[in-house]
Amino acid sequence: MLCQICGKNPASVHFTEIHDNKMSEIHVCERCAEEKGMHTPAQQHKFEIADLLAGMVDAMTHTEEERIGHVQCPRCGLLYSSFKETGRLGCSECYNAFQFQLRPLLRRIHGDTRHRGKSPSQAGAAGSGTREIQRLHDDLQRAVEREEFEKAAGIRDEIRRLGGPRPAASPRELS
Amino acid sequence: MSAPRDFAELFGTSASWLQGEGPHADMVLSTRIRLARNLREVPFTHRARDEQLHGVLASVASATQASKTLAGGLLLKMQEVTPIERQVLVERHLVSHELGDGARPRGIYVAPDDRVSIMVNEEDHLRLQAMTPGFQLAEAWSLADAADDDLDRSLDYAFSDEIGYLTACPTNAGTGLRASVLIHLPALVLLEEIQRVLKSIMQVNLNVRGLYGEHSEIMGNLFQISNQTTLGCSERESIEKLDRVTKNIVEHEERARERMVRDARTQLEDKVWRAYGTLRYCRSIQAKEVINLCSAVRLGVAMGLAGLPPLGVVNELLVLTQPAHLQRQAGVEMTPPERNVHRAQVVRERLEAAERAPRPGKS
Repeated sequence: MLCQICGKNPASVHFTEIHDNKMSEIHVCERCAEEKGMHTPAQQHKFEIADLLAGMVDAMTHTEEERIGHVQCPRCGLLYSSFKETGRLGCSECYNAFQFQLRPLLRRIHGDTRHRGKSPSQAGAAGSGTREIQRLHDDLQRAVEREEFEKAAGIRDEIRRLGGPRPAASPRELS
Repeated sequence: MSAPRDFAELFGTSASWLQGEGPHADMVLSTRIRLARNLREVPFTHRARDEQLHGVLASVASATQASKTLAGGLLLKMQEVTPIERQVLVERHLVSHELGDGARPRGIYVAPDDRVSIMVNEEDHLRLQAMTPGFQLAEAWSLADAADDDLDRSLDYAFSDEIGYLTACPTNAGTGLRASVLIHLPALVLLEEIQRVLKSIMQVNLNVRGLYGEHSEIMGNLFQISNQTTLGCSERESIEKLDRVTKNIVEHEERARERMVRDARTQLEDKVWRAYGTLRYCRSIQAKEVINLCSAVRLGVAMGLAGLPPLGVVNELLVLTQPAHLQRQAGVEMTPPERNVHRAQVVRERLEAAERAPRPGKS
């Protein structure tokens, strides 16, 4: 869908208005939304990715914005700046490549960043082990925070016994 | 249950979600569960090459044939059906506008149980959907969940332990679930209480849309209510929330209807019968007017007014009078004025047939 104002760029900002019990939607590109000073009313609780992204990028310095925009998915080659324009990722690997940028975005969209639903049974064999180790790491961290060192040592041994991969690398290691 | 063998057979059978049956059918037309899934090794649809998308179509075809519940259905490739036929599928809510554009290798798989279908190469590689008539969230979920488990045995879904099912748009990541109900709220609209209700729906993070989904306008007092978030809550929690909120809205609408019947029965009946009269005897009518008049007739049926057609007939009119359905049925392309005349004829004939049909059970 093209922007309803300039008719050139893809519409990535969407507004819903209700007047006289009639709902209408407006679709514009980021640039026009910015130029016209259109803001999503906070009370409406309607989020839009491009909108959120624009807000987040505003909070960054120009150099930060440039650096992040140039992050590229090693598998499909999508630039983070392209995702910002279209609101669509290129492949499943993009979630890894942009994890540092996506995490706060997912939190703002969903209010959470962790999946709590069903999982594929195929991934079951490999997946549940990884998840178990992740859970143990969380427990370990909590035990250390509470200074329950004996318990922490037990959890550490359990993680070693399972011998799975280390949990997701920290953003620092990836940047 | 046997699947339609081709488009013509599919077109010849009525969509089961329009039957006007199921719990709260006088208010909730249908319930839908949609699950977004992608194949791990293939770029998301908008970044994939055509041959990769052909591969996805082939993978889905073989996965459905290997499945106990899905085998023996009909796979329609969008490039192999005419633009009007594609539009028919959109009007039936089987495919989205995006899928219906026909420009790329996309398709729709309709299972032998036509309540279950899969859009292939929409925004995500698979959009598995289960649609049931009336208010049946648990039933729709169990259909979708079972089909998803079945496909999962043959397909390698893009999934991460942390984020869940990975989707082209991060708004669907996690469960990939969109649960929605299509609900008719004429009393709340007439009593001007709808605004307050819609606001409170949005406040609990649910979405409200029109009859034809995203970007469609509200017509005929029909609203689609769905969950908005997919991460941080399980499928069951999302569905339970929609269930709770919908029950609440149903109660509000029931109370509003009772008040209207108590305070303005004659005006209400007058409105219903005038609407019916227009539909029954019109000679040229627009699709939007049909939808709006059907809203009044629907309310009359729910009030128990004798002599009106059953809900299934009213529901069917919503779809049968859409432009592509009219043209496919007539077998010719028509200009909008020609369609209006043909539409009026279809409506009159349907209602006349319903008047003549013997009424089963109570009336």
